[in-house]
Amino acid sequence: MTNINFVVNGIRHQLAVKDNETLLDVLRDRLGLTGAKKGCDIGECGTCTVVVDGEPILSCITLAVEMEGKRITTIEGLAQNGELHPLQKAFHEHGAVQCGFCTPGMIMSGKALLDKNPKPTEQEVRRAISGNSCRCTGYDKPVKAILAAAEAEIQ
Amino acid sequence: MSEFAILGKPTPRVDGIPKVTGKAQYAADLSVAGMLYGEVLRSPYPHARILSIDTSRAERLPGVRGVITGKDFNGFRHGFMAHTRDESPLAPDKVRFIGDEVAAVAAIDPDIAHEAVELIRVEYEQLPAVFDPEEAMQEGAPAIHDHVQRNISAEMHFNFGDVEAAFARADHVREDRFYSQSVLHGFLEPHACIAQYEEPGKITFWGSKQSPYFPYRNLASAFKVPLSNVRVIQPVVGGGFGGKNDTFALDYAAVMLSKKTGHPVKFVYDIEDVLMAGRRRHPMIIYMKTGVKKDGTLLATECRVIADGGAYTAVGPMTIYLAGAFLTLPYKLPNLKYDAWRVYTNKPVSVAQRGHGVPQTRFAADCQLDLIAKDLGLDPVEIRLKNAIEPGHVTVNKIHISSCGLKETINRSTEFVNWKERKQELAKEREKGGRYLRGIGLACNGFMSGARLHGHTACAVVVKVHEDGTVSVLPGATDSGQGAETVLATMAAEVLGITLEDVHVSRVDSFLTPVDPGSYGSRVTSTAGPALLIAVGKCRTQLAEVAAKLLDAPVAEIEFRERKAFVKGDPTKQMPFGKLCRLAYQYGSGQVIIGEGYFGQNVALPNWDTGEGDVANAYTFGTQVAEVEVDRETGQVKLKKMIVAHDLGKMFNPLIVEGQHDGSIYGGMGQALYEECLNEDGLTLNPSILDYKMPTALDMPGVMESINIETNDPLGPFGAKESAEGTQVSTVPAIVNAIYDATGIMFTDLPITPEKVLRALEQKEQGGGPIVPASI
Ligand code: FES
Ligand code: FES
Repeated sequence: MTNINFVVNGIRHQLAVKDNETLLDVLRDRLGLTGAKKGCDIGECGTCTVVVDGEPILSCITLAVEMEGKRITTIEGLAQNGELHPLQKAFHEHGAVQCGFCTPGMIMSGKALLDKNPKPTEQEVRRAISGNSCRCTGYDKPVKAILAAAEAEIQ
Repeated sequence: MSEFAILGKPTPRVDGIPKVTGKAQYAADLSVAGMLYGEVLRSPYPHARILSIDTSRAERLPGVRGVITGKDFNGFRHGFMAHTRDESPLAPDKVRFIGDEVAAVAAIDPDIAHEAVELIRVEYEQLPAVFDPEEAMQEGAPAIHDHVQRNISAEMHFNFGDVEAAFARADHVREDRFYSQSVLHGFLEPHACIAQYEEPGKITFWGSKQSPYFPYRNLASAFKVPLSNVRVIQPVVGGGFGGKNDTFALDYAAVMLSKKTGHPVKFVYDIEDVLMAGRRRHPMIIYMKTGVKKDGTLLATECRVIADGGAYTAVGPMTIYLAGAFLTLPYKLPNLKYDAWRVYTNKPVSVAQRGHGVPQTRFAADCQLDLIAKDLGLDPVEIRLKNAIEPGHVTVNKIHISSCGLKETINRSTEFVNWKERKQELAKEREKGGRYLRGIGLACNGFMSGARLHGHTACAVVVKVHEDGTVSVLPGATDSGQGAETVLATMAAEVLGITLEDVHVSRVDSFLTPVDPGSYGSRVTSTAGPALLIAVGKCRTQLAEVAAKLLDAPVAEIEFRERKAFVKGDPTKQMPFGKLCRLAYQYGSGQVIIGEGYFGQNVALPNWDTGEGDVANAYTFGTQVAEVEVDRETGQVKLKKMIVAHDLGKMFNPLIVEGQHDGSIYGGMGQALYEECLNEDGLTLNPSILDYKMPTALDMPGVMESINIETNDPLGPFGAKESAEGTQVSTVPAIVNAIYDATGIMFTDLPITPEKVLRALEQKEQGGGPIVPASI
């Protein structure tokens, strides 16, 4: 067990975690943040993507002990004061969501992209979500949604 | 202005906000106080007799609360039909594929459950195994099920017209062999459930199920309790595509372990469970013989299918039924002989998958049609238009077509790409040589809208209007991601003149929602839809009667729109919908505004033995045009464009319909070019998403266009038909035909990997035939 201090969605946490505990399990089972999904648990599907200090990371292959001093944003932390984040709004309005299982991870990949590159090209968007599998949408509408969110944020 | 307020508009889905905010609760997100965690033990052998199972060490591990084996189920078996019940929740005496479930444990945490499973000792006697369906059906092949001759799990033999006479009359006859491989459903949410068993015999079950009334019935039979004791509560479902219909080992084991331990038990499969041992699409070897007249008119098809069923029968008889019955769509085919065998092998089980059996034979038939067109010097579009089914057509196996926009889908999709010019342009480009070969191809589909089966066909919807003017819809149907909730909410809102925000669609809770067969066979819009219209129509009538009194007008004059009740032609007489509802409750006769409706089966059911009759209420038709680019150096094929033209009866919501088409393109492209469950001696060699090669966002075509044609089906709600599955039927052949145009090589063996392309191009350069041998 190791004690870690970290901030999740603006809230400071101090937790004793097992050395083999993943960030995904800590988020889902200890903090009740089940928005990040466990599609594969081996770093291949992207459904567990969260943003750590500005970088998109796969929380299923990240150990919780490495989170000391980090700032983590999950899908639950995107909407502010009841207002959807532009990416959430765009995913909803552009029909980028079907079963929704990939959606939190895909939105978080989109968020990390737009934070660094507010005006990405379509190809840059596709690359940014190329680690996020989705069986339902064929990626077309998610790509359009991320481009639309970028547009909306600039205005 | 459209006559509809919501219908036909690109309205966001009703379940969108919980999904984009991470609040939607899937099965694995749920917990119940006191729950234990389960895990299953799987067979390491493809075929073996279980001699003994020693669970004592597992039971002694601290934290373990229960261990069960196949014996706990007392010989219970499940299956699609009474005579095909060949699958046990946990294998009691024999394992039949690597991954077959043998035992299960429940413990206070998942790590202990995992450790306990590894402490179970099973003594096996290995048996000879068989993996190839054609070998499995030989005399003397190892018997996978003791009572079954030649490992035939199911067979279908249809004979319509006189194929022999037609072949004798034909100007041209061709025979080809095709192979459609094993592919996964690909949903990202692994199977998960929680079950709670309370004495005396009450079961509560939360599971990721696209057809929750399947486990409702299966669990009642397995545990010998009345149906009404089984409460199935449906969480949000993370995709199904046909892979979340059946009741699986984890579902039964969760209930049994809960019964044994007195605690709720949760199971979450991991991705390896799904990829190694989970269900998949039927691989099929397809022998097609087709005869035509000189002008391309189809005369007869003789089709033989050998479907690799894997270890158990499951829904397999239906699969090979549909694969044959749909050979008479979407082209007029006056003579058909069909013989199909679904064969057991020592591999994971094959079941329904988006398009259910039809994509496999349509791939063979539509690709062979391009070969025939080439033989006769006809254009692929011309030969399709010549044979295309038209409204009012009755197929030789008595499928009655009412609405049909096939010709329009062919015309619109090919016009969109300027077919003739584009084809010539690409041919010229190829003549110049160069690294890339580009080509264009098309294929058509006909599919069922609202599958009708024997047995459990009851399907109803209840609608409650609340005093505040909002509405609850209680369907038995399920949204597994396809948009069913939004479709039902749209219909209810449209009839009552309210908005989508005013309508709440409940998920299945078998205590409260009415029964429904499930979300398969493109059923929801076509069967739950009409049931809903009856239910909401009853509410509307009741409200109109109250409004007529309050507004002093005849009932027939009352209209509902913009959240108001109006009197036709008199704008001064109106009332807010919410107020009307309140008054109906408070000043009425004690009346409560509730309506219920069920879907009536109005045509005769199909005949399983002969292959004759209607399998659905209506049929959809479509055409896809694909443009591909083949890299001569790497052998890689890139899908550049895909145009979908689909006769959906009536457009409900372009966002949802386009999304469904995109998903079908994705699945079909994966099957055509990338995906395959590789299996060696029963072992899945690529049980990971990366090795399995699900396409990524970078692999998708830049152009995916969807053209929708409204034909207003007489039985469809508002004239609508399915738009979720039919498209996947023609995606594969459209791509394969485009590759044929690009390379002159018809790839009859899926998937079309770079290795196969390079080898075929090489063979062609050395003067080999135009067709790659079907099995490499
Ligand atoms: S769950 Fe982390 S990548 Fe799949
Ligand atoms: S929306 Fe279902 S996996 Fe992406």
